[in-house]
Amino acid sequence: MVSEGRKGFTMKPRNTTARWPWRAAIVAGLALAALTAAHASAASSAAVDINEFKFAPAVLTVPVGTTVTWINHDEEPHTVTSATGAFGSTGLSNEETFAQTFTRPGTYAYFCALHPHMKATLIVK
Amino acid sequence: MDRIDRRGFLECMAWAGAGVLWTAAGGVVSSRLISSAEAAEAAAGSFSFVQISDTHIGFKGQANGDPVATLQQVVDRVNALEPAPAFVLHTGDQTHGQKAGAFDTVAEILKGVRTERILYVPGEHDVFLDGGKEYLGRYGKETVGGRGWQSFDYKGTHFVGLVNVLKYKGEGVGALGEDQIEWLERDLAPLSGSTPLIVFAHVPLWSVYPQWGWVTEDAERALAHLRRFGSVTVLNGHIHQVLQKVEGHVSFHTAMSTAFPQPAPGSAPAPGPMKIPESEARRMIGVTEVTYVPGTHPLAVVDSTLG
Repeated sequence: MVSEGRKGFTMKPRNTTARWPWRAAIVAGLALAALTAAHASAASSAAVDINEFKFAPAVLTVPVGTTVTWINHDEEPHTVTSATGAFGSTGLSNEETFAQTFTRPGTYAYFCALHPHMKATLIVK
Repeated sequence: MDRIDRRGFLECMAWAGAGVLWTAAGGVVSSRLISSAEAAEAAAGSFSFVQISDTHIGFKGQANGDPVATLQQVVDRVNALEPAPAFVLHTGDQTHGQKAGAFDTVAEILKGVRTERILYVPGEHDVFLDGGKEYLGRYGKETVGGRGWQSFDYKGTHFVGLVNVLKYKGEGVGALGEDQIEWLERDLAPLSGSTPLIVFAHVPLWSVYPQWGWVTEDAERALAHLRRFGSVTVLNGHIHQVLQKVEGHVSFHTAMSTAFPQPAPGSAPAPGPMKIPESEARRMIGVTEVTYVPGTHPLAVVDSTLG
């Protein structure tokens, strides 16, 4: 059994401040996501597949008002996370989806928070 | 710049029956088979510990439908070791994507390990959703400033546990950050160069395969502080397979996962769980036992698979 014994150990903790950079980003992302969803005009829809650690298509262009749905086909969890914090999913398990409606034109860079080398772009016109 | 030495998995070798003793002298790695009797020949002052990694509780896939069961199997095997390991290092990714309840499940199973103590460092799966809040709430208490990194001495060997999954810079997953590297320098400063050093962290501290994020981008700055030591062993997880490399007096070793294997670097379109039958995957998951014997520089590192 695990005991709380400290036989033979000498711990040397020192004090510094803890920070949570992600929490603020995720909260901001969710707030913005709710905002844009409320203004959705439900005009059209599009899908992005996540396969083998890649967003496909890597660059997607959609008209304003489009609802984009991401589907994770990997057994590894992934996220859809805006580079600016404008929107963001939580961890998507195998075959889970995340949908977001885009009501403002712009170029939205996003990535996977768990695998930051997975990058893609959504262009809303 | 990094050459990858991939040792074969120890297929067909029974637990505690045999292993590979690898030694590093003058940068040359040699390995030979050892018997369990030989491994058990423990001189006074020697000790062993176990590295468990990448338990990924919450995963369910082709290679493993029940990672709770495979972790329990690993625990049963650890509990059969004589003598019992002094402690256990869990080198991260306890959970699969911070699945709800996964930390509790791991804690419950590891309560059953016959050892004095279990020490942890986080993997990116343990912290990416909440910036480490839950992980540090559970395991940060006795670490430096509650930030997850730590050091301790055990029978003359200095251990350092580093966190390289909380500093995200937009490219690689692994980074240590300025504060931690400065702390490491201060932590090591009073030690003599003859102190055996064991460093453990989740993401490899050497550049295994940057294309898949298998790299700690500022590891070189940390390694610079380790080079004056005569015997340094670096233990990592993250890549779910055994890889070894020796650079001067520094030996790098990655452990298998207890849940599922990942492909060899560059051998597949992407990292992630291999989609292979469970029976095949059992030969690629397991646990690592490390034995230190005073007076002999090299540590015996034995990787054992479940299949």
